[in-house]
Amino acid sequence: MNAYLACVLALAAGTYVFRLAGPLLHGRVELTVRVQELLTVGATVLLVALLATGALMEGQDFAGWSRPAGVLVGGVLAWRRAPFAVVVVGAAGATALLRLAGLS
Amino acid sequence: MRSPHRTDDPADRTTGFVRLSDLPPGVLRDIALVWAADLVVGVSFGAIAVAGGLPLWVPVTMSLLVYAGSAQFSAAAVLTGGGGAVAAAATGLLLNSRTAAFSLAVADSLGRSWAARLIGAHLITDETAAFVLAQPDRRSRKAAFWISGIGLFAVWNVSVLAGALAGSALGDTGRFGLDAAFPAVLLALVLPAVRDDGNARRAGALGAVVAVAATPVLPAGAPVLLALVGLVAMRRRPVRGRGAEGAAAAATTAEGPEPAEAPAPANTPASPGTPS
Repeated sequence: MNAYLACVLALAAGTYVFRLAGPLLHGRVELTVRVQELLTVGATVLLVALLATGALMEGQDFAGWSRPAGVLVGGVLAWRRAPFAVVVVGAAGATALLRLAGLS
Repeated sequence: MRSPHRTDDPADRTTGFVRLSDLPPGVLRDIALVWAADLVVGVSFGAIAVAGGLPLWVPVTMSLLVYAGSAQFSAAAVLTGGGGAVAAAATGLLLNSRTAAFSLAVADSLGRSWAARLIGAHLITDETAAFVLAQPDRRSRKAAFWISGIGLFAVWNVSVLAGALAGSALGDTGRFGLDAAFPAVLLALVLPAVRDDGNARRAGALGAVVAVAATPVLPAGAPVLLALVGLVAMRRRPVRGRGAEGAAAAATTAEGPEPAEAPAPANTPASPGTPS
């Protein structure tokens, strides 16, 4: 089998199994309020970790200052309840401008 | 959306099809803006993958079957970097293992039928989970899930195809700062949860520090999972009376099982209708 196809199919099958965990297990396993809160906060923790590593790191190295600076601009805009498109354009625009100015 | 269909009993509204009117005001606009944001991300994914040397069908098929942005980016990066199919799939799976946590958190919002669960499972993403968890009640959570999920699936696949067709036409996507767009999207999505929930804020901050510190030394995907140790920063809610789980449940109930004002994601999956 083509290596690319094998990769896509394995990744797809495994991902779908992860996604089925909730619909299959929910209601059969009894979750306490405490566990449910842990799951909810856990999801938030994963999102925060994903955005932090995505903002700061490229592969295993520091991504340079332009990207986190742009993400920070987006975060400030979001905190001030700016429209989502403004957040995205602000983040990308700030990063692009900093790179244009020669920052890594 | 017509008045004859309207009912004030939330229990009646959770069984039928999802309506746009089930969404709180402004949420559809937010969802549409995420579609727009992910359209940009999808176009850049398709373009980056093809520009990196993958055949056009790889990003397109991956988007249909895997349907997970960050895993697709990392798997494509490993493939184009010559890391091999096994490493690419493992990296993507490690990143996607978090969807099991999201899946458990949003399972209530998919619907009761098996078709809804089997199809809905494929639509569980960071974005749909964030939208679901930000909604104040069961009905709007289900609406948020299906409306954001179906739309996002369509937008994502069309934009990846468009980006792949455009190929290297975008040139250097870093020049446009597009790599800052994805973290900014996640930040804006997670902000309501960390704004209103001290536990989510503490745990998220610790988890982020751990993940960033671990990134140089662990394989891709592992640091984000390691971030879950941040959960130790959670503080128990004040418990009156007896200890043990029953008292914890009582404490949460005392705070209100369905906070009507501010979205408090800490309590959202613990809806009172959940059979236990």
